Amino acid sequence: MTTTDQRPRRTPEQTRERHAQNLGHQVAGGVFNPRQLLTSLPDALRKLNPRHQLRNPVMFVVWVGSLLVTVFAIGEPSVFTISVAVWLWFTVLFANLAEAVAEGRGKAQADSLRRTKKDAMARLTDGRTIPGTELTVGDLVVVEAGEVIPGDGDVVEGIATVDESAITGESAPVIRESGGDRSAVTGGTTVLSDRIVVRITSRPGESFVDRMIALVEGAQRQKTPNEIALTILLSTLTIIFLLAVVALQPFAVYSGGQQSVIVLTALLVCLIPTTIGALLSAIGIAGMDRLVQRNVLATSGKAVEAAGDVDTLLLDKTGTITWGNRRATELIPTGGTDLDRLVDAARLSSLADETPEGRSVVELCATAHGRSPEPSAHERTGEFVPFTAQTRMSGIDLDGRRVRKGAASAFALSEQTRRVVDEISAQGGTPLVVAEDDVVLGVIRLSDVVKPGMRERFAELRAMGIRTVMVTGDNPLTAKAIAAQAGVDDYLAEAKPEDKMALIRREQEGGKLVAMTGDGTNDAPALAQSDVGVAMNTGTSAAKEAGNMVDLDSDPTKLIEIVEIGKQLLITRGALTTFSVANDLAKYFAILPAMFAAIYPQLDRLNIMRLGSPQSAILSAVIFNALIIIALIPLALRGVRYRPASASALLRRNLLIYGLGGIVTPFAGIWLIDLLVRLIPGIG
Amino acid sequence: MSSTVAGLLQVGLLVAALAAAYRPFGDYLARVYTRTTHSRVERVIYRLARVNPDSEQRWGTYALGVLGFSFVGIALLYVLQRVQSVLPFAYDRGNVPPGMAFNTAVSFVTNTNWQSYVPETVMGHTVQLIGLTVQNFVSAAVGMAVAIAVVRGFTRQATDRLGNFWVDLVRGTIRVLLPVAFVFAVVLVALGVAMSFRSGVDVDGQTVAIAPVASQEVIKELGTNGGGVLNANSAHPFENPNGWTNLIEIFLILLIPVSMTRTFGTLVGDRRQGYVLLSVMGALWTAMLAVIWVAEANGLRPLEGKELRFGIPSSALFANATTGTSTGAVNAMHDSFTGLGGGAALLNMLFGEMTPGGVGTGLYSILVMAVIAMFLAGLMVGRTPEYLGKKLGRREVTAAAVSILAMPTVLLLGAGIAAVLPGTQGALNNPGAHGLSEILYAYASASNNNGSAFAGITVTSDWFQASLGVCMALGRFVPIVAVLCLAGALAAQKKVPATAGTLPTTGPLFASLLAGSVVLVAALTFVPALALGPIAEALL
Repeated sequence: MTTTDQRPRRTPEQTRERHAQNLGHQVAGGVFNPRQLLTSLPDALRKLNPRHQLRNPVMFVVWVGSLLVTVFAIGEPSVFTISVAVWLWFTVLFANLAEAVAEGRGKAQADSLRRTKKDAMARLTDGRTIPGTELTVGDLVVVEAGEVIPGDGDVVEGIATVDESAITGESAPVIRESGGDRSAVTGGTTVLSDRIVVRITSRPGESFVDRMIALVEGAQRQKTPNEIALTILLSTLTIIFLLAVVALQPFAVYSGGQQSVIVLTALLVCLIPTTIGALLSAIGIAGMDRLVQRNVLATSGKAVEAAGDVDTLLLDKTGTITWGNRRATELIPTGGTDLDRLVDAARLSSLADETPEGRSVVELCATAHGRSPEPSAHERTGEFVPFTAQTRMSGIDLDGRRVRKGAASAFALSEQTRRVVDEISAQGGTPLVVAEDDVVLGVIRLSDVVKPGMRERFAELRAMGIRTVMVTGDNPLTAKAIAAQAGVDDYLAEAKPEDKMALIRREQEGGKLVAMTGDGTNDAPALAQSDVGVAMNTGTSAAKEAGNMVDLDSDPTKLIEIVEIGKQLLITRGALTTFSVANDLAKYFAILPAMFAAIYPQLDRLNIMRLGSPQSAILSAVIFNALIIIALIPLALRGVRYRPASASALLRRNLLIYGLGGIVTPFAGIWLIDLLVRLIPGIG
Repeated sequence: MSSTVAGLLQVGLLVAALAAAYRPFGDYLARVYTRTTHSRVERVIYRLARVNPDSEQRWGTYALGVLGFSFVGIALLYVLQRVQSVLPFAYDRGNVPPGMAFNTAVSFVTNTNWQSYVPETVMGHTVQLIGLTVQNFVSAAVGMAVAIAVVRGFTRQATDRLGNFWVDLVRGTIRVLLPVAFVFAVVLVALGVAMSFRSGVDVDGQTVAIAPVASQEVIKELGTNGGGVLNANSAHPFENPNGWTNLIEIFLILLIPVSMTRTFGTLVGDRRQGYVLLSVMGALWTAMLAVIWVAEANGLRPLEGKELRFGIPSSALFANATTGTSTGAVNAMHDSFTGLGGGAALLNMLFGEMTPGGVGTGLYSILVMAVIAMFLAGLMVGRTPEYLGKKLGRREVTAAAVSILAMPTVLLLGAGIAAVLPGTQGALNNPGAHGLSEILYAYASASNNNGSAFAGITVTSDWFQASLGVCMALGRFVPIVAVLCLAGALAAQKKVPATAGTLPTTGPLFASLLAGSVVLVAALTFVPALALGPIAEALL
């Protein structure tokens, strides 16, 4: 079982890598361990309580049926009647087990979260010390190195490194400081150095950790809109079958073959959609759990469902579509300079430059032009000239050579160089001019580098019907170039928060669902307005409050995974419903001849499985109906495999697997079970 | 010419005629319900009825209009039958007994036209003309109005208005049913259908009952009503004298239900949406025709009760048309069909009358089924289900579910009780499986507002008159209220634009899904009951 504190510690790089890997393939699921069935048994037994059963109309009918059959079986005990009663109870129990297993996985996580809460004491700025549980909104708390932050809040004074591993599983400490977008701290995390003053922002019992606990435990799990609609459909099917079975008795009496209550109840339980009824809540809980496993917390199941419906994805350019920094991608000599000379000069000018751009120049010289990435002993003797706002250039003085690189405006440019510089700007890049002793040698092209695989990813999204919009503060020219390179459908350039908001509104006016990520306080309104707003855990409390999900890894690309999880959730429900209903065909072929071949011998021709005896046929169908629940628990927890494809392709595939499969499987299953059951004395 | 070739020719002619009428007539219907201007006659009617034709109604008001109009219709028709003896052209036929009058009133107002009476001896011409014929027109217009209101649910956005029931009712009657009925009545009279106010004519020394038939005959088929002016219905030479009238009557039965899919496609702005519904209706209808035809052509049962005037192919064609729509007129006795043939006619009704179904009712019934099918399909592609740009959430699914539940509920409960009532065995002509088929058929016919009789069952006892009356009323009005509620929920939504992630509802995939849903829902619900009736018969 996965628990937060057992989670392997990851560095941010590893995290990023992990998600980069995840980008390529389908949503993976949680691993199901058969031992979980055993450990969840006590919970499953507890759920036999009728009040719990009432929440699930389909299983409540089974529960009542089991009770009824038990009473009749006691009245006329036989191997058959008792077996049917026992297996009907198993059906209810297996359904409980599915739910208990799903909940059990969250419980362990909740327990470890609870440990983080237990004994934090809060030192107020006025000198009093009170338990963390008694803090209210607005309290100012002092936290020093080695202490646990007693509640959620914003840093209002100081700067500190904080260990947030208790919440995020990340061991690398993060910096939290007053002001700006890095001020939010979470209760239960530990200050590693320095001293901060925190203004509490959450009411007691409603902190982030509290919400997380409630979420992973599924304690106040409310049925989502789609789950309610499906429950109504399943109840309708149940009513139809109830009517069909209830009306069957008078028809049977008319035909001269009255049926026992036990047989009729067995038929009813086999026909109503018990498979999906039993697994429905487990599917919902497991869906949330899959998010938690990816370090995403959703405030409601509704948000997860909405994620599956998203039509438009707003993605920040920096950090999501491109690496955070611009990198050198090309060296262009001008004024007849030899390329080798330009490479040497560019490298020299950047050797001592520790900025990401500087390092990327050295890297480019090493990878594309075979130069050494490290300075030689001789080169180390040069004198580094740092960048200043006045000179707008940096470089090195070595052996009397003054090698510089800098902004184009810092140099006197020839006509040709000017053209190169303008062209780079026009294509969305940043030009850096290289000069030696005031003679311009050429230009370095710095450009945003789109992360590998993004283009394919956006193509997949497009196939799924999701439009991607890149949001950036860049000018329209730059934005356009990167948008084309990354393959997004549209872009919003020079975006201010209100532009983002307007875009979301416009999309929603057209009936579309919008998802976005954000971290800053100025993202909060847009996060609140969007249908799926994923706040980064590194972001401000305001952002986290406004969104309906929080990504603990603060990885904006995760939005794509969230969409897939949402879709997977719905697909699993639909697939298992189809499977459940398709199963009924075989059950009719098993049970109807068993019931009525005595009155109309020609009906035995429908017994195409050649089942042993009427009793073994009925019992086999009941046993199959119960066992299929257990067999499908892993699928319910893991979710149906989702691969991005067009809606038609998905439907065709799932109809084939779960519709056709649902028709065929029970024929084989009931036939196999019957081979064993007919051996039982008194039945075969 | 062998009867098979003749039959195929008839089918070919029928399909050609329907195909020719499909576009112009379907589009005409669309215009009828969208025009904003009123004719002079209509304005007079609105003034007399104190209706403001330019105001629109919420779904609840619309539904109240349907219910109120229908219940007043039932009351009037009941009273009319109960005082028949004082009306002109009654020919001493006396007042209709209360049970029968109730059953008949409900039957004609619900567009069922189940007849527990023998018209020649029970109904005078006045009740026929100002009672039954009037209901033949307006009950059909009500069905079309409801269907149009449901279509508006899909076409409109962010509104709580579904149109004006009174306007839709008046337009359907005056602009569609009356003109078509008038033209074809003249044609039928020319082809030999009777139209007389006398009570009987002498034929070879025998007095044969006669009535003003032609005026009712057309609307009987056109409005998918089915109530015969004479007891033998379209098997009677006065109603259906020859092969041409037979074919015209079948054409009239199918004309509106088939054309309304065009109306639907035109109104939602995508004709393919209508074609796909038509393809599902057509495929199931053709399949059932093949079953009945083959079963009858190869049946080994004696010729007792078989229709010999038109032959087996024409009987099969008529039977399939009349049970596939909720008409219920017959040109042969379905009770005399083989187990499989009769079972297929029964199954046509158990589909819920949507292949192609009754006037209006067929369209809204198949749309409800499409909503259910798309709900499941939508889940399977990982999106909140939607159909025609409208999301299918809790309210939509609930309304669709209630609409679908009504028919099996009243059918199974009614038939179940009837099967064990002591008097039932005495009311049946046949024991065993065929007897159960007769019971099932009667309740299927009533609950689906079909009205065709399997015959072979005497339904004049108070229990049958009352229970079948209740089945007809609930089978009609519960779905109507539910689909109007569905339309209200749909109209309130904004349209979701179609994207690459939207499941297309025009191709063969959707058609198979929809056809599969129609068959599956009927099969899962009724197979246990059918096993003891038609299936046991057919497997013999």
